Amino acid sequence: MTPLLVTRGLSRHFGGLRAVDGVDFSLMPGEIRAVIGPNGAGKTTFVSLVCGRYEPSAGTIVFDGEDITRMPAHLRVRRGIAYTFQITSVFANLPVYDNVALPVQRTLTDGRSRGAVRHGVMEALERVGLASRAGVPAGSLAYGHQRLLEVAMGLALKPRLLILDEPTQGLSDGEIDNFIGLVRDIARDATVLLIEHNMPVVMELAQRITVLNAGRILAEGTPAEIRANTAVQEAYLGTTQEAGA
Amino acid sequence: MTEGSTARIYGLHIAVVAVLVALNFVLPEYHHAVLARVLVLAVFAMGYNLLFGYAGLLSLGHAMFFAAGLYGAGLPLYHLGWGIAAAFASGMAAGFVVSAVVGLLALRTTGVAFMIVTMMFAQVFYLVTLYFGEWTRGDEGLVLPQQARRIVFGGTALDLTDPTTRYLLAVSLFAAALFATLAVVRSRHGRVLVAIRENEERTRMLGYDTFANKLAAVVTSGVICAAAGAAYALLFGYVGATFASVQYSILPLLWVLLGGAATTLGPLIGTLFMYYAVDIASGYTSAYMLVVGVMLILLVLFFRRGVLGTVRERWARWLP
Repeated sequence: MTPLLVTRGLSRHFGGLRAVDGVDFSLMPGEIRAVIGPNGAGKTTFVSLVCGRYEPSAGTIVFDGEDITRMPAHLRVRRGIAYTFQITSVFANLPVYDNVALPVQRTLTDGRSRGAVRHGVMEALERVGLASRAGVPAGSLAYGHQRLLEVAMGLALKPRLLILDEPTQGLSDGEIDNFIGLVRDIARDATVLLIEHNMPVVMELAQRITVLNAGRILAEGTPAEIRANTAVQEAYLGTTQEAGA
Repeated sequence: MTEGSTARIYGLHIAVVAVLVALNFVLPEYHHAVLARVLVLAVFAMGYNLLFGYAGLLSLGHAMFFAAGLYGAGLPLYHLGWGIAAAFASGMAAGFVVSAVVGLLALRTTGVAFMIVTMMFAQVFYLVTLYFGEWTRGDEGLVLPQQARRIVFGGTALDLTDPTTRYLLAVSLFAAALFATLAVVRSRHGRVLVAIRENEERTRMLGYDTFANKLAAVVTSGVICAAAGAAYALLFGYVGATFASVQYSILPLLWVLLGGAATTLGPLIGTLFMYYAVDIASGYTSAYMLVVGVMLILLVLFFRRGVLGTVRERWARWLP
C-alpha cells in the first residue's frame, strides 16, 4: 500500500528558529496517527505546512502521489486535506448552521438544491451532537462545543486526511469520552492526524505515535514502544504530570 | 435561515418596490424629482454595500466606478451620438473593465492598505477626467442635449427628460439592482463573502479561493455602481468631474452605514435620509457638509449598525 502523505526533509525556519527541521514523515491510509511533543516542538507548524497555511523553507510534501509542496491551501483542501484549528476559529457571528453549510456547499458537486446542503449540515452536526444548536450564533456556544463545531466543519469537507490540532483542549471528561468515539468513527473512512497533549486520549486512539522535539522527529512507533522509549521519557513524558496517567 | 422566511423576504422587497411605484402618482413635483435622484444614488449605495457590507472590504474609491458609468455612457452619447441603450451598456462595460483592473491590483492588499490603494486609484481616475478636459470639460462638465435623451420604438418615443418616465426608469433600475443584490447575498457566493468578512483565513481553509471570490465581489459591486452612474448621466443629463471626486467615494459609505451595512434595503433608507438631511440643511446654511460630519459622528457613537441593522438585531432577525 502506498502512503497517503509523505514529507521529505520538510523544514520551516522563522528567522534563526528552526521550527520544523528536516522532517521525513509518512502516513498510511486509514491510520490514526498522533503527533506529540513538548510545547514549541513544531507540531502545529508541521501540520500547517502540510495543509498549506505556511510555505516550507525546504523539503517536499506528497499527498496521494501528487507533489503539493507549492499548492495553495484552498486547492489542498479540495484534494481532501482538512485542518481544524488549534485556536478555535469558528465564524462566531454566524449561526452554527452557516458555519457547517460553508464546507458542505463546497463539497456538493450536484450544486443546486438547498435540500442537499441542509441534509449535509444536519448530518455533520448530528455526528458531533450539535444538531439541536443549529440556529444559535456559533460564538454563544460553550468553548467545548465550539471545539466540536470545528470538528463538524472539518467533517463536512468529507476529508481523506483530517488534521485535528489539540481537539480535546477545554473539553470535560465526559465530552472527551464522546470525542474518542467520534474520532474512531471518523477514522473508518478517513485518515486522522491528531496533535494532542492529553496522553490518555493519545494512548487510546493512536495506532502509531510520532514524537517531535525541537522541530525534529525524536521517535516513532506504537503507543507501547513510545511509552518504553527512554529518549522520549527524558524529552517529554518525564517532565509532565501526564506521564503517570 | 428557515425556508418560511423566503416568502416573507420576497414579500417585503416586492412591497417596497410597489410603494415606490405608487409614489409616482401621489408625490408633489419637487419630491418626485428628488426621489428619482435618490433611487439612482441608492443603486450606487447598494453596489457599495455588496462589497463593504457583505464582503467586508472597505473601499474609499467607489466614485471611480460610478464615474466610469457616468462617463462611459455620457461621452459616447455626447461625442459620438450613440443611442440611450448603447450608451447605458457602454457605461456598464466601462465599470466592468475599471473594477476588474482595480480589483486585480488592489486586492493584493488588505485592510487599511486596501482603503488607501482604492482611494489612490480613484484620485488617478479623477485627475484623468480633468486631464482630458478637452472632451470631458472637467469640473464644468457636459450637459447632454435633450434631443439625444430619447428612445424611439417604432411610433412611440420615450423621453428621458419627462418626469414620470424618468421616475419610473429610476424605480426599474432600483428594483433590478435590489433583486440582483438579494439574489447574490442569498446565494452560496454570498455566504462565502460573509465568511470572508468574518474570517478570511478560516474560509480559505475550507477550500475557498478567497481572492477569486473577493474579485467577483469587486466586479459585481463596480458594475452595479457603474449602472447607477450611467443612469444618472442619461436621466439627469449631466456628466461632470465632481462625481469622480473623493466626496462621492465617502458618500456611499455614509449612506450604507446610516441605513445599515449588510442589509439589502439599508442603502435606500440611508440615501433617502441623508439626501433630505443635506437638502434641508442647505436651506439654512452653506456649511451643509457639517450635517454630514455630525451625522457620521452620531452614527459611530450611538448607532453602529445603522437603521436596518438595529431593526434586524432587535426585532427581525430574518432580514437579509
